[in-house]
Amino acid sequence: MAANGAPTKITQGSQTKGGIGESTLRPDGTLKVTGEFAYSSDMWHEDMLWGQILRSTVAHAQIVSIDTSEALALPGVHAVLTYDDLPTDVKHYGLEIRDTPVLAHGKVRHHGEPVAIVAADHPETARRAAAKIKVDYRELPVITDEASATAPDAVLVHENREDHHAGHVPHPNILHRQPIVRGDVARARARADVIVEGEYTFGMQDQAFLGPESGLAVPEEDGGVHLYIATQWLHSDLRQIAPVLGLPEDKVRMTLSGVGGAFGGREDLSMQIHACLLALRTGKPVKIVYNRFESFFGHVHRHPAKLHYEHGATRDGKLTHMKCRIVLDGGAYASASPAVVGNASSLSVGPYVIDDVDIEALALYTNNPPCGAMRGFGAVQACFAYEAQMDKLAARLGMDPVEFRQLNAMEQGTVMPTGQPVDSPAPVAELLRRVKAMPMPPERQWESSEGADVRQLPGGLSNTTHGEGVVRGVGYAVGIKNVGFSEGFDDYSTARVRMEVVGGEPVVTVHTAMAEVGQGGVTVHAQIARTELGVTQVTINPADTRVGSAGSTSASRQTYVTGGAIRHACELVREKVLEIGRRKFGSHHPAWATAELLLEGGKVVTDGGEALADLADVLEGESVEVEEEWRHRPTEPFHPRTGQGNGHVQYSFAAHRAVVEVDTELGLVKVIELACAQDVGKALNPLSVLGQIQGGTTQGLGMAVMEEIVVDPKTAKVKNPSFTDYLIPTILDTPTIPVDVLELADEHAPYGLRGVGEAPTLSSTPAVLAAIRDATGLELNRTPVRPEHLTGTRRSEG
Amino acid sequence: MRVNFTVNGRPQEADDVWEGESLLYVLRERLGLPGSKNACEQGECGSCTVRLDGVPVCSCLVAAGQVEGREVVTVEGLADYAGQRSCGTGDRTSPSGTARDTDSQTGEGTRLAPIQQAFIDAGAVQCGFCTPGLLVAADEMLERNPDPTDADIREALSGNLCRCTGYEKIMDAVRLAAARQSEGA
Repeated sequence: MAANGAPTKITQGSQTKGGIGESTLRPDGTLKVTGEFAYSSDMWHEDMLWGQILRSTVAHAQIVSIDTSEALALPGVHAVLTYDDLPTDVKHYGLEIRDTPVLAHGKVRHHGEPVAIVAADHPETARRAAAKIKVDYRELPVITDEASATAPDAVLVHENREDHHAGHVPHPNILHRQPIVRGDVARARARADVIVEGEYTFGMQDQAFLGPESGLAVPEEDGGVHLYIATQWLHSDLRQIAPVLGLPEDKVRMTLSGVGGAFGGREDLSMQIHACLLALRTGKPVKIVYNRFESFFGHVHRHPAKLHYEHGATRDGKLTHMKCRIVLDGGAYASASPAVVGNASSLSVGPYVIDDVDIEALALYTNNPPCGAMRGFGAVQACFAYEAQMDKLAARLGMDPVEFRQLNAMEQGTVMPTGQPVDSPAPVAELLRRVKAMPMPPERQWESSEGADVRQLPGGLSNTTHGEGVVRGVGYAVGIKNVGFSEGFDDYSTARVRMEVVGGEPVVTVHTAMAEVGQGGVTVHAQIARTELGVTQVTINPADTRVGSAGSTSASRQTYVTGGAIRHACELVREKVLEIGRRKFGSHHPAWATAELLLEGGKVVTDGGEALADLADVLEGESVEVEEEWRHRPTEPFHPRTGQGNGHVQYSFAAHRAVVEVDTELGLVKVIELACAQDVGKALNPLSVLGQIQGGTTQGLGMAVMEEIVVDPKTAKVKNPSFTDYLIPTILDTPTIPVDVLELADEHAPYGLRGVGEAPTLSSTPAVLAAIRDATGLELNRTPVRPEHLTGTRRSEG
Repeated sequence: MRVNFTVNGRPQEADDVWEGESLLYVLRERLGLPGSKNACEQGECGSCTVRLDGVPVCSCLVAAGQVEGREVVTVEGLADYAGQRSCGTGDRTSPSGTARDTDSQTGEGTRLAPIQQAFIDAGAVQCGFCTPGLLVAADEMLERNPDPTDADIREALSGNLCRCTGYEKIMDAVRLAAARQSEGA
């Protein structure tokens, strides 16, 4: 029988014309507001079991022994598996480097590493069984930072490395290192009238998507397995899962289940292989759902970083040079760290013109939690630091911080430190102008005729101030993010588009493996099909592995790449439809012989708008289907020593202005407004674009004032894996977010669009920090800022 | 144990309930009502918000045994609940939900509460995982306070986390529902 909650195709169009540029509503909106939309955690199957993972309680240890006998003896338990039960020689997985054990073997390298898995008939039975597994650990010293990682007697996190970065790193506990050298820093430095140095600390952020990791694995009669899963990239999962199970890829069928947010945290595998192993072992469907505590251990985080920057400028405000060193903590396993290093180094200069640079970025292997992809991907940490530097330089030069940035802003034609020219609009100065020109929120907006509304003051309903000690500050920031996968990656997507007549109406079906994670890809993809093929009825099939890869829902790339693939497939469908039309009706009208025929409003029309035939008549008794891959412009790897290379596909830019009020006595911050201006090239769905910008902005706000996974430096154990202790912004913490959207077309991209999702996450954090500095006069070299950093009770570096 | 209670106006009986099970677990796993979401299991995120005898609660923090003999409303019953309320106050001219021919794939045409329609129209739904809890909480606020200020909306919804939207479109949706409600009244 079919799994309950399996997604069905969604047809939309009867209510709307809905081509690109319109704020078409989500096709899954009604299902999501009625509670009928099935997320991966809602999947259900008759006779299904519940899986549970046992995770390490220590960060770094040898496993002396594992005793599963008591767990197996518990009534209701169907299976307990450890490393020894893995069915093939492939026992590791990984996005780029297969260094992550499916289950720990002989050693654990971080707190919360999976050690054993259980299947039982009730989730509580599975939890209790996991608790009865006895693991004897012999603890090892922990590597927690650069000093301990590269000390002469440092324990190696991974011995005998054979990955392709191992040969060029200065130490085996350095996972990857990317220098970029351009120009002559020594000579440029001599021209500088002011030099500003800074040491910055960026905390570990969590994606904190609301739908926890979950899925249902159903064993199939042919010995294969069908996995219903929430992920960002079905085919990347498949490539990693199948070899561990010992199955060919066509026997691991994957269907995207409802995804409750992602933000990078679902790029790596979590419970996928574990659920499949238990299902294949027991012969029963197995569902695994993490709780929030486990979710904090079950996915990678944003890299915490230490950043050292030096900038110089002339007296008239022109930047002379930049030197930086960015040390990212990759934690125990590689995940996406090498690509994060590439981004951190290549985007470390920010959206500014600096010809002479000396850049180094690297990621460490440590025993801290593994870090990988999160929205902004390596560009976020750098933006926090270089924007602090810009404010310091402006202050030293006695210049307005916005004017100083504008004076040095990159534009179309600017050459990046990698040697890559920016060959599409880069309206950095204009975005700053726009965000600065937006009206300011009124002063003392918390005052009313009945006294202070404490809900609008720092501290809120804790009623800690009625305005005493409250100081306002304003800050600006701007950032640069790449769009799409970089450094020579073959970044393609596949679309299958079918056109046929159903009930007398032309209907288009779009089938891709694109992971809809909430961003609205399904909305935009249907809009593209309507625009290209002139129909209103578009069906979006569920995403699965029966169609080719769509690539990842990350790097702000899906509208660009899968959208591009759908457009391309639609063009081929259109040609075939016109061929059929010419065959059937070509003799009826001379215009059929012209090349300029379009599909609009369910008809074949000339470019002058004359209707030649109804699509329903053209496709009577026939259907057209095309499946094609589509690629954006190729990129190049960065040179390992100089960092030179046309590594990125496209750049995106956003600027923020933050207005904050700080209770300077208690160190409490209230963000009053967070205005954003962003260039999106072309807004295919303006409502969705606003949703991306406002959502990304809010995650940046969280990074500025509250969000941080705290890892004990002595034990490398996570101290706050819960929503009680890891705080994300509530609706009370979040201000109004006015947005000014600029649409300057990128001629290289489909419809001129520019990836939207990540850029707003970059500049939001440094804008809030700048505003807090403006209010308090403090230097504040770390983020997030906590009350103790604002009240002098703790040094800001801490 | 056996638990008897009313869900969305219908008497329900759940058997073999383990004493440690939450109301959320019973709704999702025993009664086939997965609309209420499980995102933190500790009352921090509000994704599992339901009405218990009219009061919004985190169903993950309510032991199943506590609901014996009581009335629960979940997101699945929100349209009917809001519809009865508008009829109950003598408002028969503006039905809370407009029933059209239902599309089995998209649910288009489904009868919706005003707050549900407003969430769709305002773009307040992205991944949608927080949506059921927010809808139940927002509907309850609009019942108490039909003309809320922005500060009132933020206070009422401060127990419901959303990670996608930045809350701006959720604010828009609640304002829209309030405005439509007052136009219809």
